Amino acid sequence: MINWKVILSIAKTHLLTKMKSTVTAALGVTFGIGAYITLVSFMTGLNGLLDGLVLNRTPHIHLYNEIEPSKKQPIALFDDFENAFNVVHSIRPKQSQKKIHNALPILNYLKNDEAVKGAVPQVQAQIFYISGSIELGGNLIGIDVMEEVRLSNFQDYIVEGTPEALKNNDNGILLGAGLAKKMSLEPGDRVQISTIAGDIFPLTIMGIYQSGLAEVDNIQSYVNLKTTQRILGEAENYITDINIKLWNMDKAVPMAREMEQQFDIKATDIKEANAQFETGSSIRNMITYAVSITLLIVAGFGIYNILNMLIYEKMKDIAILKATGFSGRDVQFIFLSQAMLIGIVGGILGLLIGFGLSVLIDNAPFETEALPTIKTFPVNYNALYYVIGIIFALISTFIAGYLPANKAKKIDPVRIIRGT
Amino acid sequence: MKLVLETKNINKHFYKPKDFHVLKDVTFGVEEGEFASIMGKSGSGKSTLLYILSTMDTDYTGELYLNNTLITGKHHQELSVIRNKNIGFVFQFHYLLSEFSVIENVMLPAKKLAEKSHSEIKHDAHEKLKMLHIEHLAEQRASRISGGEKQRVAIARALINNPTILMGDEPTGNLDSHNSENVFDIFKRLKEEVGLSLLVVTHDEDFAKRTDRIIEMEDGHILS
Ligand SMILES: Nc1ncnc2c1ncn2[C@@H]1O[C@H](COP(=O)(O)OP(=O)(O)O)[C@@H](O)[C@H]1O
Ligand SMILES: [Mg+2]
Repeated sequence: MINWKVILSIAKTHLLTKMKSTVTAALGVTFGIGAYITLVSFMTGLNGLLDGLVLNRTPHIHLYNEIEPSKKQPIALFDDFENAFNVVHSIRPKQSQKKIHNALPILNYLKNDEAVKGAVPQVQAQIFYISGSIELGGNLIGIDVMEEVRLSNFQDYIVEGTPEALKNNDNGILLGAGLAKKMSLEPGDRVQISTIAGDIFPLTIMGIYQSGLAEVDNIQSYVNLKTTQRILGEAENYITDINIKLWNMDKAVPMAREMEQQFDIKATDIKEANAQFETGSSIRNMITYAVSITLLIVAGFGIYNILNMLIYEKMKDIAILKATGFSGRDVQFIFLSQAMLIGIVGGILGLLIGFGLSVLIDNAPFETEALPTIKTFPVNYNALYYVIGIIFALISTFIAGYLPANKAKKIDPVRIIRGT
Repeated sequence: MKLVLETKNINKHFYKPKDFHVLKDVTFGVEEGEFASIMGKSGSGKSTLLYILSTMDTDYTGELYLNNTLITGKHHQELSVIRNKNIGFVFQFHYLLSEFSVIENVMLPAKKLAEKSHSEIKHDAHEKLKMLHIEHLAEQRASRISGGEKQRVAIARALINNPTILMGDEPTGNLDSHNSENVFDIFKRLKEEVGLSLLVVTHDEDFAKRTDRIIEMEDGHILS
């Protein structure tokens, strides 16, 4: 039977009378845990930000028609050559057909699929922007504005104007920030759009769009779906791309393959599109844990040393405790609980310091062209990291305390009392 | 009379630095309420015997009985409970926990035993201190009191769980004659008033003569 009250009161007395080494040992843990919390909050905040930068804007599945030569060449349709060895040179794709066949029924079908959070149609068009004597190549994307807002944080990247204003104006355009700068245009101004066929349309600038990726902002603008269809002279069922958001991103790969089969269409999933992205995140995580664990190991050695010294000093006390009826296990627990108390106090202090530093970082101004909606450094306050932090502290102090405590357990009181 | 403590053919060797037969067929007993003393030349094995009797040393052959129960061969965990409950031990060098107060030192074995509430234990500890005329020291740090006082605190601690037997290894060896006399009087009173059994190793002829029985040791043998 273990009498925790006595054990803890002895442990407490030891710690309080050795205040200086106790504080030193606890501070070691505090630094380790504080650094862990700060780093992990900042790094995962950064991960989240970068994920948002690319992944939020990338549809989980993207459906479009790839321009490629027919796999089945006309000669294969001839029964006469069925068993012959046919060689066709210089195959070219036939006249481009960007339109998704049966786009509207597909959209309807997808909207009824339970796994799908939303599916939005887009019409992409190659155009020229004309303002005065300047003529810039680029593309125009027709979108269902409010659905984009719902599914892809679209509004976060509108630096001037509102999505509603665009939605309500069939002659409105949301101009890319780079384009606006090059052509010295502002909301309210007009810009002319020329199609490849040469037709010219005047559009009113309803707002400015800034994605943070210069190569996008320099060429791309948004208009309503209908506007692109009108500019291209196409009907309402002319849709070049369908972007799909799923409830569960992990299903993107199998579902993309399934859709390719089902709709006879090209489908890319988010994993394909951003294969390299995960690497950055995992390297940042590795740095976080490497630094934190190093600090905790250093703290652990501190605790180990201090307890070893304490046990050396307290040999006589240990002998007395054992002579008066404390078992080896009691003595072991006395020293182990000292380590754990250091771990708990140092760990909680570390959590508080980590939290404080996170708040500080969170409020530090961080403004960059590339990220229009970000004003301060990103910080991720996930309670899980605080739980992991305190568990870290307890495990490392337990390991550091275990060996000295075990030594104390095995001390032979007779040898100490004899004085040899 | 009932024997509270009994040994049968206890033998012990030290194997380092070389084989040394330190206790040879030690067989004897202490009766209930008896105040016995052990005398013998330095090196005759008195301390070694006492450590075995106190259950701290288990490396021996033969049998040890406490209240007619065989103690030999029991597990360490059990032995510490027996030590806690039934055996009070007083050393030559008082051995208090220097960071604790006097009263805390006295209370510690009772807290470990955990048979009584904190306030009862505190009350008992005050009673023991009062009996030994050191109640006024209760709240002092153990490191701040004199040698004679320390030894009395150690006796109070040894008595806190009302043990079956009190053992002492030269408890007066480090005290002046006045304090030695004092300690002897305390032992005598414990025997007479409480009926405590005592087994005390001593070099002091006067001290030994006034006990009920002197056990003579020589070269690991018991002579009488
Ligand atoms: N750990 C040990 N290893 C070897 N010899 C020891 C050890 N402890 C004691 N001795 C020897 O055993 C003998 C008895 O010692 P001890 O019991 O302390 O004698 P006493 O208390 O009667 O003076 C002595 O000769 C001593 O040197
Ligand atoms: Mg001795």
